[in-house]
Amino acid sequence: MSDAAQTVATSGNPLTRSWDLGKKIDPRYLIAFLITLVLLTAQLRYHVFGVAGYQRLALALGVCMATEALLSWFDRGKIVNLQSAYISGISLTLLVKPQGGALWPFAIGGFIAIASKYVLRYRDNHLWNPTNFAIATLLLVAPDTVSVLSHQFGNDVATNLVIWTFGLIIAARVGVLHITLTYVATFLVLNTLRALLLGQAVLPEIAPITGPMYQLFIFFMITDPRTVVKGRQRQMVVVVLIAMMETLIRFASDKGWPLPTAFNVAPAFFALATVGPVAKFLDLRRLRPTGSLSSAGTGRP
Amino acid sequence: MAIPFFAAILLAAQLDRGENRSPADAAHPGFTLHDETAAAGIHFVHRRPSFDPKIAGVEPHVAALGASVSVTDFDGDGWPDLYFTNSRFNEPNALYRNRGNGTFDDVASSAGLANLNAEGEGVSMGAVWGDFDNDDREDVLVYRYGYPALFRNVDGKHFQDVTNEAGLRHWINSNSAIWLDYDRDGFLDLYVTAYFRDVDLWHLATTKIMHNSFEFATNGGKNLLFHNIGGKKFEDVTDRMGVGTTRWTLAAASADFNGDGWADIYLANDYGPEELYLNDRGHRFVLTTAGLESESKSGMSVTLGDAFNRGKLDAFVTNISERGYLFQNNNLRLNQMTESRRFRNVAEGALADAGWAWGAQFGDFNNDGGNELFVVNGFISANREKSYWYSMSKIAGANGRLFEDAASWPPFGNSSLSGYEPSRVYLNRGVAGWVDVAKTVGASDVYDGRGVALADLSNRGAVDVIVANQNQPAVLYRDYPDSTNHWIAFKLTGTQSNRSAIGAEIVLESGDLTQRRVVDGGSGFASQNDRRLHFGLGSREWVDRVTIYWPSGIRQMLSRPSIDQIVAVTEPRH
Repeated sequence: MSDAAQTVATSGNPLTRSWDLGKKIDPRYLIAFLITLVLLTAQLRYHVFGVAGYQRLALALGVCMATEALLSWFDRGKIVNLQSAYISGISLTLLVKPQGGALWPFAIGGFIAIASKYVLRYRDNHLWNPTNFAIATLLLVAPDTVSVLSHQFGNDVATNLVIWTFGLIIAARVGVLHITLTYVATFLVLNTLRALLLGQAVLPEIAPITGPMYQLFIFFMITDPRTVVKGRQRQMVVVVLIAMMETLIRFASDKGWPLPTAFNVAPAFFALATVGPVAKFLDLRRLRPTGSLSSAGTGRP
Repeated sequence: MAIPFFAAILLAAQLDRGENRSPADAAHPGFTLHDETAAAGIHFVHRRPSFDPKIAGVEPHVAALGASVSVTDFDGDGWPDLYFTNSRFNEPNALYRNRGNGTFDDVASSAGLANLNAEGEGVSMGAVWGDFDNDDREDVLVYRYGYPALFRNVDGKHFQDVTNEAGLRHWINSNSAIWLDYDRDGFLDLYVTAYFRDVDLWHLATTKIMHNSFEFATNGGKNLLFHNIGGKKFEDVTDRMGVGTTRWTLAAASADFNGDGWADIYLANDYGPEELYLNDRGHRFVLTTAGLESESKSGMSVTLGDAFNRGKLDAFVTNISERGYLFQNNNLRLNQMTESRRFRNVAEGALADAGWAWGAQFGDFNNDGGNELFVVNGFISANREKSYWYSMSKIAGANGRLFEDAASWPPFGNSSLSGYEPSRVYLNRGVAGWVDVAKTVGASDVYDGRGVALADLSNRGAVDVIVANQNQPAVLYRDYPDSTNHWIAFKLTGTQSNRSAIGAEIVLESGDLTQRRVVDGGSGFASQNDRRLHFGLGSREWVDRVTIYWPSGIRQMLSRPSIDQIVAVTEPRH
């Protein structure tokens, strides 16, 4: 087959065409598409947040986007792209499970998430992934009202396959696949070792990574371009450290050490909330203050 | 920006504490509950079962059910008696005969209802009473993990096992059953729900016996509907009637929810959404979403009551809540079937969170004309220092194929799982919401409650509470309402309808008060209330009108019945 013919054949492949099309789309919108897919799958197939969920969604989205618009205008004199706030709003809707009909965790959580980007900063960069910070904070200060999504959407393979397939493709397209895969590999290795060390069955210890909480964690939180460190290898080292911290938290839970319940509930979130900012802080110190870092509003929760 | 940011965090902490603060009016609920178990001579202690060693790792979970209580008047002396089930081989069930002087004696052995927990037969999970042969004596079905057992009341003292002759010998791992007359032929039919599929839990061929989803499991046992064809015989009409769901049903209740005169069925399913089966004039049941599909949870019990004096039967379904880990939230579903063919969930705040809640019942404990709610809770109380919740959170995040295998679960050991939870007594404050007054009124136990039943045990116009606790002693709380309030109760006897009048509904009207109640054929979790219907009247000194909707379709009106007494009503012939 000639080169020309091969080119024609390749461009006729629907998968290739889709990949090429994907290259032309702003990566931020691919991420927004992915989280919207997770939301729609969860709700349409499993009614995951029920009728009341629409109120929660509207509130979380509204507060996140309004806060982003207001604070960016106040801080920079212009309203930044609200795509980041959109992802934060959906993440909070999916992840926060409140007591009764409480709506305030979505409003306050949305505000805390977005405001953290403007308050908890170092050298013009925020240190925490906004959704991660908001959920960790709510779990710590409001444990009587807030829990986090811990079970699966339907616990079936099909849903997992859809989300993981799109997630991995989009992670590759956005250039963060190495972060995702490093975390997954480290999680599997460390938690297998932990299970063996404790004499526990391996499968239950690695099972959580198939859950939706981890889907949001590995596709949206640990890959947030605004809060990861610079450099591919450093990013992989940091994500290994996050997985190690998570394993340590889980080990402490296994041993019944007196941690706040929140750590038992969402060890991954607290691993990121503790390791991520330190790594980012050290990375920013390493870099020149006038480095090529963009505005806070373009980051991803 | 920092000030509002940190203020928001402080506000979250403040709101978190505020959600659970009791309002001041909770100090004066208008009644007290006294633990008079020992004084009444009730010494029943439930014992949990043991199963095949292959599932020993999860046995505390699998064996965490079986404590039930049901109310009956088996000897027809006008005093409510109590039946408790046990769940370990060779441990007896107890039938407490009410002596009428505030004390009870256990006559299960002489009645032939004690030794029902035997290898090859199964262990008791609960019982429902009803006069299935219309001979004016209350019979009983004991449902088990194993074969159900139907006993005919021979003479008000002795019972005869008629399971085989009745055609009911089907192995079914059941946690509830209800009597209802779905075809209005005057004979009580039987709906038996299933939890685990029909495996022998003592001789398992596989350890893959658990649910395959935490929210949408459909691999449970098949519920069965038995039609009473007279002559003390039943036929299995499950498939024909379309009620053979394989969700993990833990509780069922029946009433005419849509006002068409036919008994419908409401199911609380573990690991799945609730289900409502509407009765199509006795020809079939139609599964109707009615808004129940939108929140899939872990339904533990369903109880029926008129929550806000609208003259309709609403449904309260208990679920699991554990601080920090999981808020599945209880449902108080307002019946709007005649207006919009839906139930609307209005539970929030304290009412939504009763811990790992099990049995619940509506009852007017202060006789003010509105229903309170008594909710028991707590799953496994073992080592206080060790919680299984962390392990549970790991397995809950797994794929269904993993956790349907009991061998994959982290072993329970002696961990607690939502143990030592105090019961809740929710005071109904109308539009101001519900507030927990358990401590104030004296409901102070922290047992692992399962079944709870209500009955006026001393015929004095008060709603006493009887609680069956898992692997623990039963508790009797005597209700002492404010004496200034009036009341009325009705004892119904069917003629065209079944003699027990199960499924009959009464709507009472007194001034601004309207209240509907249904004669109980089994409700809550593993329980059955006194079939006499009790209404508090507050300061109202008369009843304007009472309308009785008999299962036969006959409607009967009573005008100005005498209050502060139990009124006996026999169904008219036409």
